Amino acid sequence: MTNSRTHLTGLFLAISSTLFASNAEAKAHETLIHEEEKEAAFNPAEVIMHHIADSHGWHLFDWNEQPVSIPLPVILYTEEGLVVFSSSEFHHDAEGHHVVEAGGQRFVNIHEKIYYASEEANEHGAYASMDHETHAVSNATPWDISITKNVAALLFSALVILLLFLPAARGYKKNPGVAPSGVAGFVEPLVVFVRDDIAKNNIGPHYKRFVPMLLTMFFFIWINNMLGLVPFFPGGANVTGNIAVTMVLAFITFVVTNVNGNKHYWGHIFWMPGLPVAVKPLLAIVEFIGIFTKPFSLMIRLFANITAGHIIVLSLVSLVFIFETVWVSPASVLLTLFISVLELLVAALQAYIFTLLTALYIGAAMHEEHH
Amino acid sequence: MTGSIAALGAGLAVIGVGIGIGLIGGRAMEAIARQPEATGKIQTNMIIAAALIEGAGLFGIVVALLGN
Amino acid sequence: MGIVTPGFGLIFWTTLTFFILLYLLAKFAWKPILKAVQDREEAINSALKSAEDAKAEMASLQSNNEQLLKQAREEREAMLKEARAMRDKTIADAKGAASEEAAKVLEAARTQIHNEKMAAMTEVKNQVAQLAIDMSERILRAELKDAEAQKAMVDRALQDVKMN
Repeated sequence: MTNSRTHLTGLFLAISSTLFASNAEAKAHETLIHEEEKEAAFNPAEVIMHHIADSHGWHLFDWNEQPVSIPLPVILYTEEGLVVFSSSEFHHDAEGHHVVEAGGQRFVNIHEKIYYASEEANEHGAYASMDHETHAVSNATPWDISITKNVAALLFSALVILLLFLPAARGYKKNPGVAPSGVAGFVEPLVVFVRDDIAKNNIGPHYKRFVPMLLTMFFFIWINNMLGLVPFFPGGANVTGNIAVTMVLAFITFVVTNVNGNKHYWGHIFWMPGLPVAVKPLLAIVEFIGIFTKPFSLMIRLFANITAGHIIVLSLVSLVFIFETVWVSPASVLLTLFISVLELLVAALQAYIFTLLTALYIGAAMHEEHH
Repeated sequence: MTGSIAALGAGLAVIGVGIGIGLIGGRAMEAIARQPEATGKIQTNMIIAAALIEGAGLFGIVVALLGN
Repeated sequence: MGIVTPGFGLIFWTTLTFFILLYLLAKFAWKPILKAVQDREEAINSALKSAEDAKAEMASLQSNNEQLLKQAREEREAMLKEARAMRDKTIADAKGAASEEAAKVLEAARTQIHNEKMAAMTEVKNQVAQLAIDMSERILRAELKDAEAQKAMVDRALQDVKMN
């Protein structure tokens, strides 16, 4: 009873904020340490965090208490060059117990992060040296450019996008001047929407050059968001809910915005016109920080929204296992359905907001003075 | 229990953001009711304003996460 | 901390994927799609414009027609008016001429009648005079057959002169 109550509390924490992540990690560490004690208990936090986070190997389901996953290539850039091996060589181990020898070097997987393995196992059986208090691993790491689950999902979504748009574009070439049909009929209003409502309205007269970028951004985010909502194999990865992905996208916005900034833009940042000289340097500092906070908020917004969505859906799915009764399932299914539909909206909305704000920032950077 | 103080901070940040976005949404509805022909423009600006406020809240959450 | 720490591998792959995607889509998808959309928009705009032009032309033609019609009507009206005036004038002229002629004829007739009358009168006067002379000759001859009668006559006449 107390057990389920603590789980319930944890669940509400999960629903209320993404902050849950840190809790979950602490719990994941606990499970690492006290694995034997908790073996049988279902830990929703662990499951959710496992889903939210990236991993080597794509876990599909468990069969006879054995995890079944698609092995993915682990690609490491080490001091001795590139090392490639299959993720199946870790044998589903993410606690550092199993050492893989490849390219004359030894590697361990600790929480889906690859380290150079230590010579000896520590007291938890992990081939790594860990801090006793924080459990931080102090081993060195190679540059890890593995095809992880998220990378595989990313490549898959890129394929989906190409398969969606290239045939649509070919249709235009084949029958020019005809009303769009099939995929093109679905794609065209969206393309026109991005061009007119996002690019033209917010960037201004020189919008044309940014349309391809904005279109790619919009559909990249949207398709990835949508695939993340698919609960089984080719979907379900948390690509746009990974901060590395959103960071790259936000960085592109940052670069494009500042490269295209005209002298009014920089003038407004470093020497705001129409203000007393004493205030100007102060404002310059604030505005300068603003250059970075804008893309930073883009990065965090997308990441937090998508991750929170995944956490909520998974929490609701986990209800049955938390209460350990099948009678919860109607509520669980209905709530999951409701949130999933909401997430469909969020998927499109976040793609829209990201692209819209990017266009807005570019537009502000290129705005001509009209005094 | 190190997380609890940070959680408090995140919660506080979310309260502010919730009030802010709520106000935006409410005012946008009023504006749309008053001028239905300007719905498109109001919606766009509403989303932009909400996104900016949300950004501020997300900073709070991230700081809470980092400070955890 | 874990989920807010970006992983190097994913940054690498995302960047790579995004730019390859951007390149491929920009070249093979956005360009043809945007071009087709723009072409269609231009075609629609030009079609609309030409329709508008045709409408304007129609309107101008119609107004032209109306103008022409109005002009024609005015011309006809003017012509009719002229014709009517001409007719009236002709009639008036004819009437004038006719009455003049009639007057002339009348005058001539009258003059002739007068002349004839005068001639007749003269004739009659002459005849009467002749007749009178003849009569008087006869009477005188009869009267003055004897000297006495002639003397009585002269006496009478002398008496008349005395009385005057």
